[in-house]
Amino acid sequence: MASIDLTIFWAAIIGFAVMAYVVMDGFDLGIGILFPTLKVGDERDQAMNSIAPVWDGNETWLVMGGGGLLAAFPLAYGILLTATYPLIIAMLLGLIFRGVAFEFRWRDPRHRPFWDVAFSLGSFVAALAQGITLGAILQGVRVENDAYAGGWLDWLSPFSLLTGVAVVIGYALLGATWLIWKTEGTSHEHARRAGFWLGIATLLSLAAVSAATPFLSYDYWRRWFALPGVLLTAQVPLLVVISAATFFWSLKRGSHRLPFAMALALFLLGFVGLGVSIYPYVVPRAVTIWDAAVPYSSQVFMLPGALVIIPLILAYTGWAYWVFRGKVGTHGYH
Amino acid sequence: MLFDQFDPVILARAQFAFTVSFHFIFPAFSIGLASFLMMLEALWLKTGQGVYANLYRYWLKIFAVVFGMGVVSGVVMSYQFGTNWSVFSHKAGPIIGPLMAYEVLTAFFLEAGFLGVMLFGMNKVGKRLHFFATCMVALGTLISATWIISVNSWMQTPAGFAINEKGQFVPAGSWLPIIFNPSFPYRLVHTVIAAFLTTAFAVGAVGAWHLLKDRGNLGARKMFSMAMWMAALVSPIQIFAGDAHGLNTLEHQPIKVLAMEGDYQPSPAGAPLILFGLPNSAEARVDYEVAIPHLGSLILKHDPYAPLPGLTDYPRDQWPPVPIVFWSFRIMVGIGFAMLGIGLWSLLARYRRKLYDWSWLHRAAILMGPSGFVAVIAGWVTTEVGRQPYTVYGLLRTVDSVSPLAAPAVAASLLAFVVVYFVAFGAGIYYLLHLMAKPPGAGETAPPNVPQRAAGITPASSVAVETPARARG
Ligand code: HDD
Ligand code: HEM
Ligand code: HEM
Repeated sequence: MASIDLTIFWAAIIGFAVMAYVVMDGFDLGIGILFPTLKVGDERDQAMNSIAPVWDGNETWLVMGGGGLLAAFPLAYGILLTATYPLIIAMLLGLIFRGVAFEFRWRDPRHRPFWDVAFSLGSFVAALAQGITLGAILQGVRVENDAYAGGWLDWLSPFSLLTGVAVVIGYALLGATWLIWKTEGTSHEHARRAGFWLGIATLLSLAAVSAATPFLSYDYWRRWFALPGVLLTAQVPLLVVISAATFFWSLKRGSHRLPFAMALALFLLGFVGLGVSIYPYVVPRAVTIWDAAVPYSSQVFMLPGALVIIPLILAYTGWAYWVFRGKVGTHGYH
Repeated sequence: MLFDQFDPVILARAQFAFTVSFHFIFPAFSIGLASFLMMLEALWLKTGQGVYANLYRYWLKIFAVVFGMGVVSGVVMSYQFGTNWSVFSHKAGPIIGPLMAYEVLTAFFLEAGFLGVMLFGMNKVGKRLHFFATCMVALGTLISATWIISVNSWMQTPAGFAINEKGQFVPAGSWLPIIFNPSFPYRLVHTVIAAFLTTAFAVGAVGAWHLLKDRGNLGARKMFSMAMWMAALVSPIQIFAGDAHGLNTLEHQPIKVLAMEGDYQPSPAGAPLILFGLPNSAEARVDYEVAIPHLGSLILKHDPYAPLPGLTDYPRDQWPPVPIVFWSFRIMVGIGFAMLGIGLWSLLARYRRKLYDWSWLHRAAILMGPSGFVAVIAGWVTTEVGRQPYTVYGLLRTVDSVSPLAAPAVAASLLAFVVVYFVAFGAGIYYLLHLMAKPPGAGETAPPNVPQRAAGITPASSVAVETPARARG
């Protein structure tokens, strides 16, 4: 049936949007998380300038992820956002503070320390909230009669806190490797050292989350370890090991771009892992993508948007990154 | 627990109203500013006069701050439907979701993708490519307005839908009647003009302020003159568009119009126009009313003796809160006529060759600087409060749209939004006023000690420098 295929297609598109968000806003949130460790003045200014022209585009993928969920799976959008209500609000408030800081910190030198704190605290809170939300969704939410039926603090658990911390660390890694690529001088050196420790921390948290996930429910366990699926799922950890090894090797070799690429690869693999765990649910163990999907006519209506406009977006986004290619330099873009 | 006694529906409504009102302040300004910047850059490329480049950079810094606040407050809006209105999202999602997804795909990415080049790319790409980026950002703001107004208008005048077995609104067939629902064209035209007027009056006030201090400032003269053309030419159009909008609303949402007019009782022989008064819903009458007989029917029916119904012809549980709608409507219309007044005054001043010297005109323009913002908020309050008690007009009640949340959660988040918005956007408005207080110089330069400016600044050398003779204009 055609509509079933489109449902999978839309799940893939939204998965893509969320992943695009995680890797793109991940590195600029990561810079916010690392911000307090950067020296006031040149190091911070360089870091900020390296993302100022692109952060808005990066954050738009978050709007696409949320908006896409509303458009394609409205039931899941309603349930998930209600279930993680305080986290979403915290994330939004964090994003407000960090978003305005990009402009505000330049407006008045006397206020700059305040907006720098707002930038890093906002980034940290947003990242933590996103990580906890991920854990909360993985562990499942209570659904009755197509509506969220739990309390407003049900998301809080050791597991969701673990995923929260993991995402903060992972974003910081992305931020550090981005700085290795885009900056020079002390910022570059600093990012290189931070990258090493963050790489180790990221692997540890990836391992911890992966170890804990299959124990959340029997279903996850079966997905990961039952034959013959295990032949496929086993490739994920294998690729993680390869990427991690390449990451440390490239750091040691003094490569400027490879560490960022490998950090992205780690995130991508983590994402594939999540896909294996969740599919075909959007609200794990309660609502499948077919339960939540909008009718066929809505899916078809959005098709040109996905097939024509998304490639266009990727093209001009790529162009914008290309315009600002190379090192930021100490004196900005000249 | 604290807040338990509150009604979660009221709290969720308050939260939506607060966040969207704040949000709309910024787009109202950035839709207009983006087009204004496009105009300035076009004039610069065409004439090569440095004054346009300087004005471009002057307003670009302001635009960057406004746009940033528009984005972060907008992201809040896009999640608010799920957090506070999950039932509404579930039911109306198949219709409004795809429209909003198209807004993201065709507008938000376009703005964001080219914004970086517009702000920081002056020296990175050629002049023409930079102008292209400015155009794309301006186009993005207009496309964004189109989709979101379509969504909002569908909620006001739903069309082209069916209701499926899950109780969801789904497309009945073609999407065209959904997108081009009956109130959409009116609302779109009225809102976009409103954004242009809002910007014109803000720009005009800044120009006037600097003219009062230095009548010879070329930049101030240019911006004031441009803004006053806008006021003179566009405010009559807005009044005309508003009237047409009202007639359309009378056709589709008569109760809303009756609330705006304060017509509780039917008037079989023609309705008066109530200028002022205190709507009293309990007694279904307007206390202390000052009214002009038959003018109401003349405006709404173009016939002084045409009968009009009254609110009492409809069940009370379909009435919106009448006093709010009544007053917000009067504020908006009053400002509309005040804008027309300034526009006419500026024409007179031009005719008498006193546009840059008539300090009373400049003072009045300063006073009117914030008026557009007040008018757009008043306009939306009229529209949205007038739609009550429904979210999808006549079909889905507000009380049936809300998420199953406990009052304390909604109250706490409302409180957090209020505090954060006042701190963050309060600071933003303070910075904006500071930027506006600086006179537009002959050569805007980068402030010292900033390695790279937040809002792309061309080094003065790349801009044609004004000759003193020209600067005196
Ligand atoms: C996409 C749809 C949409 C759009 C574009 C807007 N609104 Fe709206 N508005 C709603 C969708 C909505 C809503 C979700 O349907 C609400 C929430 C509760 C309700 O009754 O309607 C609402 C309520 C609501 C209320 C509270 C009304 C009441 O409870 O009596 C106000 C004052 C506004 N809005 C104001 C605005 C302003 C100033 C807007 C300009 C940007 C605006 N709305 C755009
Ligand atoms: C509930 C209603 C609304 C929602 C959910 C919403 C959502 C958003 C979002 C998510 C953004 C940020 C886009 C980005 O990341 O770049 C945004 C910005 C914007 N919105 Fe809204 N919006 C709403 C109402 C409106 C209205 C009524 C208008 C205009 C008529 C409007 C015009 C704009 C524009 C022009 C921008 C670009 C940023 C700016 O100009 O400041 N929005 N909106
Ligand atoms: C005398 C002049 C005006 C008239 C007669 C008028 C009329 C109207 C009417 C009847 C509505 C309600 C539409 C509905 O029922 O949904 C409305 C809404 C609105 N008005 Fe006006 N208006 C005038 C001036 C202005 C001005 C000067 C501005 C701003 C600068 C403005 C901004 C708005 C906005 C933003 C809305 C809400 C969006 C919409 O529904 O179009 N109006 N106006």
